Order: sequence, then structure tokens, then C-alpha cells
Amino acid sequence: MFQTRIHGRGGQGVVTAAEMLSVAAFREGRYAQAFPSFGSERTGAPVVAFCRIDDKTIRLREPIMQPDALIIQDPTLLHQVDVFGGLVRDGYILINTSRSFSELGIGEFVQGFHAEHLCTVPATEFALKHVGRPLPNAALLGGFAAVSGRIAIDSVLAAIREKFPARIAEGNVAAASAAYEYVLGEMQEAAHAQAN
Amino acid sequence: MLKQTEGSRAVAEAVALCRPEVICAYPISPQTHIVEGLGEMVKSGALGNCEFINVESEFAAMSVAIGASATGARAYTATASQGLLFMAEAVFNASGLGLPIVMTVANRAIGAPINIWNDHTDAMSQRDCGWIQLFAEDNQEALDLHIQAFRLGEELSLPVMVCMDGFILTHAYEQVDIPSQPQVDAYLPPYEPRQILDPAEPVSIGAMVGPEAFMEVRYLAHAKQMQALELIPGYAEEFRSVFGRNSGGLLHSYRTEDADTIVVALGSVLGTIKDTVDEMRANGTRIGVLGITCFRPWPLAAVRGALAGAQRVVVLEKSLAVGLGGIVSSNVHNSLAAPATPVYAVIAGLGGRTITRASLHKVFAEAIAGRLESVSFLDLDRAAVARVLAREREVRRSGPIAEAVLRGMGAPGARIG
Repeated sequence: MFQTRIHGRGGQGVVTAAEMLSVAAFREGRYAQAFPSFGSERTGAPVVAFCRIDDKTIRLREPIMQPDALIIQDPTLLHQVDVFGGLVRDGYILINTSRSFSELGIGEFVQGFHAEHLCTVPATEFALKHVGRPLPNAALLGGFAAVSGRIAIDSVLAAIREKFPARIAEGNVAAASAAYEYVLGEMQEAAHAQAN
Repeated sequence: MLKQTEGSRAVAEAVALCRPEVICAYPISPQTHIVEGLGEMVKSGALGNCEFINVESEFAAMSVAIGASATGARAYTATASQGLLFMAEAVFNASGLGLPIVMTVANRAIGAPINIWNDHTDAMSQRDCGWIQLFAEDNQEALDLHIQAFRLGEELSLPVMVCMDGFILTHAYEQVDIPSQPQVDAYLPPYEPRQILDPAEPVSIGAMVGPEAFMEVRYLAHAKQMQALELIPGYAEEFRSVFGRNSGGLLHSYRTEDADTIVVALGSVLGTIKDTVDEMRANGTRIGVLGITCFRPWPLAAVRGALAGAQRVVVLEKSLAVGLGGIVSSNVHNSLAAPATPVYAVIAGLGGRTITRASLHKVFAEAIAGRLESVSFLDLDRAAVARVLAREREVRRSGPIAEAVLRGMGAPGARIG
């Protein structure tokens, strides 16, 4: 079982992101379960959504308390919510920001994790460019496909096309593809730097 | 067709496949997505020969469903929580009149204090209203139970409530197999009413009945529910032969063959319980699960048989009979062949409180060790309760209780679990 927890704010498409990730996994023939944390829906309030992926039927209904991966859609949550709570030691962290982990003030904190499992991606910028609105969810899923290797980018793109009407889908597909390429580039750069 | 979709959407598609003719709806979380989905299907023409009626309240929703059903239409509505309470008078009328309406209850807590999250208090408040009550374990079963509900309700001329956990199921995306129209048509024949308001053959429905006959009418309502106990296993079996999967029935046993301890529960928490039981089995604990699908009528003989080998029974229930303890556990206790068998009522998940494997492990271990109270409250914050009780002892004008509990806890909004 691979468990992903997505943190963001109301209005950023956090719940939709978890749903699309589950659709992407389903398209790969796997079982998936996506569900939101059920707060009162208010724009801007902290929101959490969950996605489990497995090769067998998923029966568990508890929230994901020990995630294998975190997608953080809004870096302003870092000091408000215990977003890293329970993250496993070899877990993945993807944060929507144009800054680095050190610039976010969590460089020291993430030292205990695998460097190649950590990435930041300016998903809101990709969304503004390709969608025209600051909705980073699809772009983050593109980035997540790259950093985690747990889901194929083609499955993510298909899920985006399934979830959104055609007109909106294409912008999100472009944003997700751009974020995917960006994260791949960052990873290659990091691998290169390490090799030297 | 296999699909990854939201539970509410899956139920909307299942209801549409049942060819309803009148759908009346008043929105309330967490049910809203279901009737929204059906409304879209009616508007687009995907669901033909169906009138979608927006009503001004839940009381009106059930009243319109009663009127529609009495004219021979297949009628459907959905509600939750306070909405179910607001329609309660009409809910009793629907069953008293013997009208086979199908209603989804997206289970949610009842206020005050206001709470939109899941538990079973709403459905349990109507357990004696004369409706058949079926509880879904997952979204596939929620979908399937709606198809079975129309079949069963129309055969008996009784209304059926399909209960599914609000948010936990209604808002969860998971894989479901949506049947084809020919499959549903093969299973669910057109509605052939036992009674119908027809100007060509006038009758009255809803007579005033005095002491001379009221008891007999009520007895017949009971007798019909007993008939449902006979029919339900056969309908589940027929469902399996048409759709190729086990869904519905009276109850589901899981790993109970040699179990000393059997955990009884309803609804989506059964999944988390089964995972916990698998882990305990791996450590050599002889524990199993009994899921109750049909809560009303209460399948007394089947429960008695399923629990026959148990040395102790733990009933995990998402509702509280204030002043008594457990509702399901009282029913279970009445069913035991050996009434001395300990039955532990564990009240859990009220108002959406998370039920975790860790907490289940703990409470099951305590039951096995004989250390559990006959009524206990899973993960109750005893310090929070003690603070309020202490303040009530010290101060006469101690203020409203809910606010006092919240104040003592600080800001719990940031917690993930």
C-alpha cells in the first residue's frame, strides 16, 4: 500500500487532486481510495485529502496518519499545520513553491529524509501560465509522477482529462506536463551534482 | 463497467438504472451529491420518464414521495441527520401506508451540538419507524443495495432506507462496478403496486383506524418485516447470479469459524475492523467479525447462529442510546443463545471521530482480557469530560457544555486524525 496525503487550502483543489490521483492509479489497474478530511468547507481554511493505492482491495477507512508521500499545495501551511506528522523515513515530500527547502526554513528538518525523495516545484506559476488561474493541483500531480515514480505521467494526464471538461483539462494537462519536466530536470541536476 | 468514482455518484447511477419516476429532493450534507447527480441526469435526458421535484423541506420531500408512490410511481429521495428528523412524521406515514419508497440516508450525527460528520444516530432514531433499514459496508454495496431495495420494497409494499456512511462513503472515490441497464432490468421488474390512487378505480388510502383494528394493522406491518427476513437472502442470491458478486443479504461473517471473540458492527467501519482482525489473527488471536447488513428487520435467528460459538461479543456502534448505552448491542444481547455470554458495547466514531486500527487493537485486547466495561467509549478524552464536570460542581452558572469542552481543548482544528 502506498499512501499519499495532500495538504492545501480550501479552493486550491486539494480534494480533486486526491481524486485524480486515485483515478490515475485505477487506470493502471490498481485499487485506489481517495477521500477528503471532512471539515467545514471554507475558502482558505486548511484542507487535507488522502489517497491510498494498493494491488488489492482497500478496506481501511482511517485517515492516513503515516503517509509514504506528502504533497503540500501551500507552503504557508508549514508553520500552521503539522503537515509532516507521521511521514515515513523514506517518504516523499513535494512542495508547491519556487523556493528551496532551506529557503523555506526546513532544510535542517528534511535532512533525515532521502534527498532524492524531496522536491519543490513552482506549481502555481505553471498553473497561472497554462490554466490562467492559481490552481496548482494538476501541476503538482505531474511533479509527483516525476519525483515518486509511483504513477505514470500518462495516467495522470488521462485522469486530468477524465475529471475536467475538455476546455479546462488541456490547460491543466499542459501545467502537469510542464511540472513533470521541471521536476525531472531538478532530479537530474541533483543526481549530477551528487555524482560530481 | 468498472469505474473509479465518488460514492454519491455511484449511488446516483444505480438509482437511475432502477428507472425511478419521481425523485424529490431537498439538499443536506452529506447526501447532496447524490440528488445533484440525479438532477443532472434528469435535466440532460439521460434519465428519461422521471420527474425531479425540488421541494421546500425534507418534510415536503417525503410527503411528495408518498403522493407519488400512492399513484403507482417508483419514488426515491435521500436525506441525512436533521433532515431525517424533520421528515420523521412522514417517514412513519410512508411505512404505515405501505408505500415502497426507497430513500438513501447518508448517515450523519444529530445536533445539538451541530455536527455535519458521520455517525449512525440519524438512522438509529428511526429504527422502529417500520422501514426496512440496510447498511452498506462500501460503495459497491451501497450501489448494489439500492437495486435490491427497490426489488424488496416493491415486493412487500414497504419502504426501504439504504444507509451509507456520510462522507466516509458518500465522498470517497473508489472502484465500483456499475451494472448495465439490461442487468438491472433483468433483476428489477417494473413496479406493480398493491394499491394505487386511480380515478378510474377510486379507493381511499390512509383511513382513520380506531382501537378495533389498529393493533391488527400494526401486527401486519410487523409480519411484513418478518417476511423480509425470508426474502432478503434469496434476493441476495439472485443478485449474485445476475451481477456476479455477493452484496446485501442479512449479514456477513468474516473469519468467525473458530472465533472466541466476534466483533459486530454496521457500515464502513467493518473494513477497518477486518484489517485489524487480520493483524490479530496473524498473532494467533481467534477473532472474527459479524457485519449486520439488514438492521431492520432484525435478523435475530441469523445473528444467533452467527454468534453461537463466541465466548464474548464486542459490538462497535456509531450511536449512543443516551441513558442506556448501545442500541445494536441491546439487539445483539437479545439474540444470544447463551445470554450469559458477555456483550461489550463500544460506542465509537460519534460525530465523525476517527476510528483507528490502533484504538481497535487496544479495545479488542481489553475485551479479551475481560477488562472492558459493559459500555465503553472509544478514545474518549476523559480529562476533557472531568474538567467540565468539575466546573459544574464548583460553579452554578457553568455555561453551555459544548463551548466549555471546546474551550478546554484549545484549537483542535489543526489535527489531522
